[in-house]
Amino acid sequence: MLDACGVTSPEELFAHLPEAVRLNRPLHLPPGISEYEIVQYFRDRAAECAMGYASFLGAGVYHHFRPVLVDTVVSRGEFLTSYTPYQAEIAQGTLTTIFEFQTMICQLTGMDVANASMYDGSTAVPEAAMMAVRATGKGRVLVAKSVHPEYREVLATYARNQGMPVAEFGYVAESGNLDLEDLERQMDALTGAVIIQTPNFFGIVEQVKAAAEIAHRHGALLVVVFTEAVSLGLLQPPGDADGADIVAGELQSFAISPSYGGPYAGIIATREKYLRQMPGRLVGQTTDSRGKRAFCLTLSTREQHIRREKATSNICTNQALIALMATVFMTVYGKEGLRELASQNLAKAHYLAGKLKPRFSGKFFNEFVVRAEGKSPAEINKALLKKKIIGGLPLGRFYPELADSILLCATEMTKRADMDALAEVHA
Amino acid sequence: MIKKVTQHLSQNEALLFERSSPGKKAYQLPELDVPVVDPSEALGAENVRQEIAGFPEVSEVEAIRHFTRLSTWNYAIDYGMYPLGSCTMKYNPRINEVVARTEGLAWAHPYQPESLSQGCMEVMASLEAALAEICGMDAVTLQPAAGAHGELTGILLIRALLEKRGNPRQKILIPDSAHGTNPATAAIAGYAVENIKSSETGGVDLAALEQLVTGDVAALMVTNPNTLGVFENNIVRVAEILHKKGALLYMDGANMNALVGIARPGDFGVDVMHLNLHKTFSTPHGGGGPGAGPVAVKKVLEPFLPTPRLKRSGKKLAFDYKRKHSIGRVKAYYGNFGVLVRALAYIQAHGGPGLRNATMDAVLNAVYIRKGLEAYYDLPYQSPNMHEVVFSDARQAALGVRTGDIAKRLIDYGFHPYTVSFPMIVHGALMIEPTETEGKLEIDSFIDAMISIAHEIETDPQMVKNAPYHTRTSRVDEVTAARKPVLRWKPA
Repeated sequence: MLDACGVTSPEELFAHLPEAVRLNRPLHLPPGISEYEIVQYFRDRAAECAMGYASFLGAGVYHHFRPVLVDTVVSRGEFLTSYTPYQAEIAQGTLTTIFEFQTMICQLTGMDVANASMYDGSTAVPEAAMMAVRATGKGRVLVAKSVHPEYREVLATYARNQGMPVAEFGYVAESGNLDLEDLERQMDALTGAVIIQTPNFFGIVEQVKAAAEIAHRHGALLVVVFTEAVSLGLLQPPGDADGADIVAGELQSFAISPSYGGPYAGIIATREKYLRQMPGRLVGQTTDSRGKRAFCLTLSTREQHIRREKATSNICTNQALIALMATVFMTVYGKEGLRELASQNLAKAHYLAGKLKPRFSGKFFNEFVVRAEGKSPAEINKALLKKKIIGGLPLGRFYPELADSILLCATEMTKRADMDALAEVHA
Repeated sequence: MIKKVTQHLSQNEALLFERSSPGKKAYQLPELDVPVVDPSEALGAENVRQEIAGFPEVSEVEAIRHFTRLSTWNYAIDYGMYPLGSCTMKYNPRINEVVARTEGLAWAHPYQPESLSQGCMEVMASLEAALAEICGMDAVTLQPAAGAHGELTGILLIRALLEKRGNPRQKILIPDSAHGTNPATAAIAGYAVENIKSSETGGVDLAALEQLVTGDVAALMVTNPNTLGVFENNIVRVAEILHKKGALLYMDGANMNALVGIARPGDFGVDVMHLNLHKTFSTPHGGGGPGAGPVAVKKVLEPFLPTPRLKRSGKKLAFDYKRKHSIGRVKAYYGNFGVLVRALAYIQAHGGPGLRNATMDAVLNAVYIRKGLEAYYDLPYQSPNMHEVVFSDARQAALGVRTGDIAKRLIDYGFHPYTVSFPMIVHGALMIEPTETEGKLEIDSFIDAMISIAHEIETDPQMVKNAPYHTRTSRVDEVTAARKPVLRWKPA
């Protein structure tokens, strides 16, 4: 090969690089190691992390069982090692699964169209806000304080340079639900998006219709966020009649490992009329030249590789493999299974809540807030760690007014004995 | 002659919704160990849905067959060469998949106590250090979820620094050879975009640059090597011109596979750059994600990096959330950790010398392809190429066959097409990037296929224009897909 290239060593291929730019020393990195050593290194790191603990953490990332079929499917090289499906003739596998994904997201959320996924829930929120702003021509955004605090931080980062002022409205101290009076008070003619989350960060099921009514009366769109996708097995789809205009959610609950915060997959779903404002990849149905059903990426004139600075978003890739995990998960559980799974979550969380005293009176799914009794949240969690239990999330770091409170989560994986043990320490 | 592939039977498969039957299940849940709760009571009857209309109902065997059958309709790196220029489709080592699934890492909750997360944090700290060394930069954030997300982070960092200096400025300069994400990113970060025409050799035109860099310009976003695969030989001078006017140099690291161990952006004047771990560092593309887009910066930009930052206090690692100059968060939690694990495993497997060897092999492969094909395809830019080579369809277009047609015919030969019609500065581009993954056998077979297609075009151009012939799906009608969008399945 060197001969064909007219050189005697590979180094000569770099001879045209100016001396000043070349690295004239080896990289300060250790020499390569074997497969066995790499496995050992990561096992050692894992041993420095929580293993064998029961956990009551939720707050946007949930411990659900991952059906074994999920890894079986996503480990197939045809899915794992293929690129974005631009060449439709040899990418029908990926394209078909994305079409199925888009369909199932519509069925779950009650929306007309869904895209092929976003990076995650936190980045789907600013994308949804920008979409609502484009659709309404109004730049101000109102977001509920009960939306995941880190999602709101990401929204703030994106909004700062978009000429998109963001204001927050509160929750009712007694119920933990949206403060609709505050929302009404803060609405104005410049507001293009109202963003709420259900179940909200405190686990409480929100009044989507009431919020939609207020938003729509003022000419704004309602964006409904979810972090716990399993809740959709039981809850009304946010996009039902007179509900959300845009749904921006996180699918981590659908067989995606917590993996210390990512990779996850976000979604954006919306009504037909806002389709052209949608960011991200879309797969559509068509036919091939022999008249057979086929799928391809479509409506790319919204996207950066065609529109450049006029695109609806700078997003390029989506989370195809992660979305495939969610697709397999939805297939395995299916119509009845997702409902049964959600019911189990509901039962576990309500069993635990029965032993404790939820701080808010609002209806909740699989998370709820309790006050630390007699001790500080930190002290309670420290005592729990001694019993090999990771307690709930102390809320003070995000909500100073809830510094005495803890957000607890129970899923189908939470054992009754661990809930009893947790309740004892909390008592 | 087609040597690499033979046709074989491929299973048909309906959509999940079409093959569902009521009552079929592929799941099993344990018996509840707590009392059943009535959803209407717990959630309020008005909040409970009737059913998830249309959701699939299939058995476990049907589910596995469904996805297995669909999978075989894809081409993949595991089948063969995937010469997509600018995409760096290299082999995805399976060791990466195994270690990313290590229990204590894969099941780590982002809010579990830091004292019980030290292993995850150590993985991140090690990767930050390795990437900083590879790039010649001072600090790295691992938070961005993908390349375009890294670009946005980088431009926000530039804006924050310039704001602190008193004026964020209005414009970002972008060469006409750039990826589409660059201008889209600048717009999302609140900047106007000004294009710079490439010089005759395909690089940044220094004279044009001198004129364009005014007090209004915040930065130049440059890809190096650029999208022609050509190293920007004037890069040091480019950086000087920008720095003299108080502007910064942003580098799109999409083509870093040409530089690792050979040259470091930090040493040639780059102030901020992103990496695509799913390109240079072998994490799988997965049919279009997930990726990870770490951003590396010089010291002057470090105070602005997203919160939280990892810091070492004594033997322990901790997250620092109190950073008053930070641009804020660009993503919840700390980044696509599972992707970071895979990239670190890749770096460990190669080590310093191995990474440099990979770069040399990647460039050798691309130069070898250039030599093999330059007698058959037009080479619009003669500058030495690095990890990829860009031809144009000028000769074939004269016979009515375009780059897109050649790409489709290449499918019949058992290869994934190269990147079609990009960069835009080359009319009818064929952008070929073999990566270090390919050995001589596979590359020779690719060159033979390309030569064979060049001959076919001379004798039967119409045949090539209707390719592919051997795929289960023939050319798809993309126009109708866009004109009458059908984006979800509905019952007939």
